[in-house]
Amino acid sequence: MDLTYSEEYAAFRDEVRAFLAQHGHESPPPFQRGRPDAQAVAWQQKLIEHGYAARTIPKQYGGYGAAPDILQSHIITEEFARANARMGHNGDNRLVPTVLELGTEEQKAWLVPPSVRGEMNWCQGYSEPGSGSDLASLSTRAELDGDEWVINGQKIWTSGAQHADMMFCLVRTEPDAPKHNGISYLIFSMDTPGIDVRPLVTMTGEAIFNEVFFTDVRVPKEQIIGRRGEGWFVANNTLKHERGGLGDPNEAETRFNDIVGIMQRESIDGQRLIDNPVLRDRLLTLQGRMLAMKYNGMRVLSEYIKGQEPGMARWIVKLQGCELNHQMAAMAIDALGELGVLYDDSPHLRDEGRWQQRYMLDLGLIIGGGTAQIQKNMIGERALGLPKEPKLNTKQG
Amino acid sequence: MDFGLSEEQRMLQDSVTGYLAAHCELQVVRDAAESAEAQVPALAAGLMELGVTGILIPGEYGGVNMGGLEAALVAEALGYFAAPVAYVASSVMAPLALQRAGSPAQKEEWLPQLAAGECVAGVGVTEQIGRRQGDGVQASGGRLSGEALFVLDVDGADLFFLADQQGLLYVVAAADVEITRLRTIDRTRSVAAISMQDTPAQVLPGSSESPQALHECIAMGRVMLAADTLGAAQKMLDDSVAYAKERKQFERVIGSFQAVKHMCAEMAAELEPCRALVWYAAHAQSAVPADAQLMACQTKAHLAEVGRMVARTATEVHGGMGMTDLLGLHYWFKRIGVNRQLLGAPELVREEAAQVQGWC
Repeated sequence: MDLTYSEEYAAFRDEVRAFLAQHGHESPPPFQRGRPDAQAVAWQQKLIEHGYAARTIPKQYGGYGAAPDILQSHIITEEFARANARMGHNGDNRLVPTVLELGTEEQKAWLVPPSVRGEMNWCQGYSEPGSGSDLASLSTRAELDGDEWVINGQKIWTSGAQHADMMFCLVRTEPDAPKHNGISYLIFSMDTPGIDVRPLVTMTGEAIFNEVFFTDVRVPKEQIIGRRGEGWFVANNTLKHERGGLGDPNEAETRFNDIVGIMQRESIDGQRLIDNPVLRDRLLTLQGRMLAMKYNGMRVLSEYIKGQEPGMARWIVKLQGCELNHQMAAMAIDALGELGVLYDDSPHLRDEGRWQQRYMLDLGLIIGGGTAQIQKNMIGERALGLPKEPKLNTKQG
Repeated sequence: MDFGLSEEQRMLQDSVTGYLAAHCELQVVRDAAESAEAQVPALAAGLMELGVTGILIPGEYGGVNMGGLEAALVAEALGYFAAPVAYVASSVMAPLALQRAGSPAQKEEWLPQLAAGECVAGVGVTEQIGRRQGDGVQASGGRLSGEALFVLDVDGADLFFLADQQGLLYVVAAADVEITRLRTIDRTRSVAAISMQDTPAQVLPGSSESPQALHECIAMGRVMLAADTLGAAQKMLDDSVAYAKERKQFERVIGSFQAVKHMCAEMAAELEPCRALVWYAAHAQSAVPADAQLMACQTKAHLAEVGRMVARTATEVHGGMGMTDLLGLHYWFKRIGVNRQLLGAPELVREEAAQVQGWC
């Protein structure tokens, strides 16, 4: 157990801090929906030049070209959070690693540099109305007609489709093959004729998801990542990258501290919320859970640095992290009492109505990216070695 | 930066676990639980050879001079095997109290004996964490009177380290006090009420200058109980998974049913992050004083909650057999139950954690 940073890393931290002290004011706000604006694109460019964005993406594809160093990445994340600066990005955390790993040379040169600059924005076409947890049963189909794929079908839960330039999409290309072997991974412009994006308003009142309809959408034959029929394995590669981002323990600690702030500021009947013993005990219980996830995160990070596979400590992060965030939103709402239900731009609103939004959005995160129940199947089957549920014999009756 | 165990720490863990796997099978636990004493001398002697009794004691006094994290790894292993031996009081809290508050002569006299396993020490600090109505422990003219409740590691004890109402620590000889054994649900460890009437006692002089030694001693004890629960809960989870892979109903192993699989997954998901929490809390006791008390409270409370969830769920996975004496799972269920209440139940230690952070 060594919680100190070596001189080399301490110097790196100083360097990041000095950069942020000098340039931090050029940063756009930390979070923003929609397409990156000119300020965001300029900021990303500056970060790449200094090695704080697209750090490990090769120079020839528009990145900084450093060797992977998990601890340096961790230091960058910590310092940017401390400075409240916008983190740099890697183009798209699902698409770009997939193209770099499995794409052709032409695809890498075409797709990665503009993605990394923030000029080519992506959306993911995986889920369908009939294929959620059982994603491999998807039925949007693509048929080869001369030199083009012709796509027909529908996707759902497509975040950011209304702002995206491009989609990476799973389609069924071999309808007679077993379900996992009949899928291909296609990429195409969202401007292609025949694509219809319809916003899907959720319970928060906003449309962060969309439904996307395809009617005879024609895509050049070579716009496929990996080989025909191997899309499922390409996609699993992408999902692996996405799961890494959910349930971040640093975010949980920041949220927890925000709740402590509310409970120290707000009072009911002249009593500060934190002086109510029942609320306080609930707060402390959440702190225990948060600390466990925080140190579990440090353990996972250390094991990655040492080149070890963290195993169970890693498998549980999405399930536990999303649940913890949701419980924290619930705690904040309950502590605020009647004020906790205010929304939109209501008078007396607290924290811009953030806690109600999170309470609803976080439930979406418990469901999305592999539901809690799918997570438990994976923990049970892959980490604990319990047998899979036997398949129903669907040929019967 | 390396948040994890060193090679030496893994070796310690392997040696203690290996010893207990060979010498502390279920029958040993059962025999101890059914006998009058919860201390198995052969087991204690074997663990002494591995350095367990001198885990926190400096080399000059014959110990192996390790830190809180090593002590917690031992506690976790003892919990995993529900080992019927004195540890938390005799090998952790008492040596720590002596080192922090004892006079040179007191250290010289007792630390070597504790390290060599020639002496067992019980510890009673209820006066300072959960004082009950009635007579507590009172000091007057170098003598103690009254009753200390819930003194730990009583079986085979030669000495008792007791806190009085003022928070001072005293040592009394077992021969000079009246010991009333308390029978808890857990027969793998011993507790008693100790009564005294003008009993000769030596104060640990450092404890009269500052309450720091007492606080450190309690915090370290709490981390050890949390680590014991971590081990005991891991054992119950491992047993559940093994049983779910073997037991068949409706012509399938029950672990293939999602209802059962998800119970196992939920236990694992709750328990696994506890490992890193215990590691850091234990490390902080020796290396990060600013975090020591908060981490001890939060780790004790969180492990109590997760331990209860695992103990209950694991029993359910075993169905009716989980309830039986024959299977023996109940020894771990009860050990976890007792750890939860000792040295402060969750609500009490969470309140202390709030105070430490200035929230009340």
